[in-house]
Amino acid sequence: MATNAYVPHAAGYVDNEGPKIVSSRFVHDDAFLLERSLATGGYEGLKKALTMAPVEVHDIVRDAVLLGRGGAGFPAGIKWGFCPPGKWPMYLVVNGDESEPGTYKDRLLMEMDPHQLIEGCLIACYALGLSQCFLYVRGEMALAQERIAHALNEAYEANLVGKNILGTDFSVDVVLHWGAGAYIVGEETALIESLEGERGMPRLKPPFFPAAIGLYGQPTIVNNVETLSNLPWIMVNGADEYKKYGSETSPGTRLFAISGHVKRPGVYEAEQGTTTFRDLIYGDNFCQGMKGDDELKMFIPGGASAPWFFPEQVDLPLEARPVGAAGSMLGSGAIVIMDESTDAVKACLRVVRFFARESCGKCTPCREGTTWEETLLRRIYDGHGRPGDLEMLLDIADNISPGPYPGAAWEEQGVEAIPFPPKQTTICPLGPSSVAPITSALRRFRDEFEAKIPQRTSIPVSAS
Amino acid sequence: MARFTPDNLELAHEIISRYPRKKSAVIPLLHLGQEQDGYVTNEAMEHIAELTEVTAAEVIGTCTFYEMFKTHPVGKYVINVCTNISCQLNGGEELLEHLEETLDIRSGGTTADGMFTIEDYECLAACTEAPCMQVNYRYFHRISNDEVDGVLSDIRSGKLADTIPEHGVLQRVRQTIPAGKLAGIAPPETVVDAPVWMARNEPILAARAAAKAAEEAAAANKATEATEANEKGDA
Ligand SMILES: Cc1cc2nc3c(=O)[nH]c(=O)nc-3n(C[C@H](O)[C@H](O)[C@H](O)COP(=O)(O)O)c2cc1C
Ligand code: SF4
Ligand code: FES
Repeated sequence: MATNAYVPHAAGYVDNEGPKIVSSRFVHDDAFLLERSLATGGYEGLKKALTMAPVEVHDIVRDAVLLGRGGAGFPAGIKWGFCPPGKWPMYLVVNGDESEPGTYKDRLLMEMDPHQLIEGCLIACYALGLSQCFLYVRGEMALAQERIAHALNEAYEANLVGKNILGTDFSVDVVLHWGAGAYIVGEETALIESLEGERGMPRLKPPFFPAAIGLYGQPTIVNNVETLSNLPWIMVNGADEYKKYGSETSPGTRLFAISGHVKRPGVYEAEQGTTTFRDLIYGDNFCQGMKGDDELKMFIPGGASAPWFFPEQVDLPLEARPVGAAGSMLGSGAIVIMDESTDAVKACLRVVRFFARESCGKCTPCREGTTWEETLLRRIYDGHGRPGDLEMLLDIADNISPGPYPGAAWEEQGVEAIPFPPKQTTICPLGPSSVAPITSALRRFRDEFEAKIPQRTSIPVSAS
Repeated sequence: MARFTPDNLELAHEIISRYPRKKSAVIPLLHLGQEQDGYVTNEAMEHIAELTEVTAAEVIGTCTFYEMFKTHPVGKYVINVCTNISCQLNGGEELLEHLEETLDIRSGGTTADGMFTIEDYECLAACTEAPCMQVNYRYFHRISNDEVDGVLSDIRSGKLADTIPEHGVLQRVRQTIPAGKLAGIAPPETVVDAPVWMARNEPILAARAAAKAAEEAAAANKATEATEANEKGDA
């Protein structure tokens, strides 16, 4: 019964066949407790790291080609190397603001295994000489906040965090910080603004990335929760072992949230690169096919910001490069499956409405553009569209993201794929993201939009 | 109602002490204000401004950016229904409609008895568990209309009081750092040196630098040998 507010077990996680790097403890209801964590190898990665020099730890992470799991997929080891040498203090900000529509994984990691995340943070702080770590958890996630608070209290008590960790010269404070509801705060520079107590509006970058000028103007590493949760395993097992999973350019596993019209929606840990979308949607080990065995109409491969894919793309591997070349992105590992019954205009409107609501308002093309996009789509959906509305929609989209917008190929119609990423006239990628559903839906289902726009019939003039 | 109570003031000081700069505590303190009064009052914002040494206008500026902060009273139980894409595909909008009809309010509204507020919310990170909703930020997954009715009556009868605190209360478990365990939090401008453990890099970096220098010297040697050989060949 749903009165079970505190969904105690990892609700949504499916414990299927396959390697478990970050979700190994999800099968235990009490994995958020230090006792269970320690009994199942918790903090062994930290202990091992502490026997090495910090640079050696950094080398292992670089060798492992640990790709960022927050959206951009940038290798963590390389990002860590961007900090200007000798500029102290440096900070770690953990991005736990998960709010990209379709994305559900960081919350699980924070609720189910907070110690793994804390251990990952400590390994990063040790490797780079970071002075303090802020764990920024999305405001709406009350249980995640409570479990992290509890885990930190236990870890401080057990001398795993704080002063002279495990009796060594390594000391660092990990502080729980929590947001208050704003999607844009997930963008790393907005996250930093928010952590400074400001309105969560992105900063212009380039020239300065957080690794050079971040929190309080100091070098700052921003990493996603899942990225950091991989570190304990990598420290214990080594980079070579990690690279045995997945493909060469996308090693390891990822948590994929597959939602929408499938038989067994859920969060699955799957190897990157070697698994395909088809495996996830139709495989027995994953979602087991479309709900009601209906036909697939389209799917979003990497969160609401990603251009849509269609049945022709299901055989692509879950790997950044081929997905990017095919016109979209793996983003945050959020795959939304839509069957034939889905109204393309309605789905498009809903996603665009999200971006219009969440635009921070700092730059004009996004603030005004997303609002207009929503207005036009709303009136088309409501049956009040006017001739020329579709052109206007595309024109507004072009003001936010000029040039052909990335998208999937449509061989039948001779449409070629336009590779990711899009261009932008805006400060951050949120504005351009609002264009993804529009161009995706319009290129493929223009007839559905047109059918909703009333045709003007000419008034007959009687001949006298 | 309004300024922090003595207990909350103590808590506020503790929260502020965890940040290198006081202003970073503004959002956590706004949550504390909301927890105390059910929404963020002007007096609380003024108090936060004093505590963090910024102007009240800055606190209001920050406060009004974030969806969770309510600057006017809301229901004791705020129900967020996700209608974003994954939930829309699996009945999120119907769930919202059902709630609106049952409680006889539109999203954004509060029932006359002050018990419930409904919000048409964005993705709650439970997309595979659609349709989903939160009551005061506690999750309900794959919830049917009948179950929603059950939840409403359980809340009314007080059955869920232990699982769902009143609006404003987020963390019933808070972080506390015991004295003596703190590594030390300092304003950034006072930290100039590398953390002590970074000294462990020195022998390794020195060895690497030496190896690199030796390699370069060897390469340079080879190059001169090669040119000498070339010159000889030319001669
Ligand atoms: C609009 C926008 C929203 C984002 N939201 C998130 C988020 O919720 N969580 C996250 O980890 N990264 C998010 N990102 C990506 C971050 O900016 C950043 O790339 C990431 O946290 C870096 O961590 P990683 O390298 O470990 O992936 C967002 C980016 C943009 C542009
Ligand atoms: S693109 Fe949109 S969200 Fe990003 S900075 Fe500009 S207005 Fe804000
Ligand atoms: S779309 Fe509803 S929780 Fe993500």
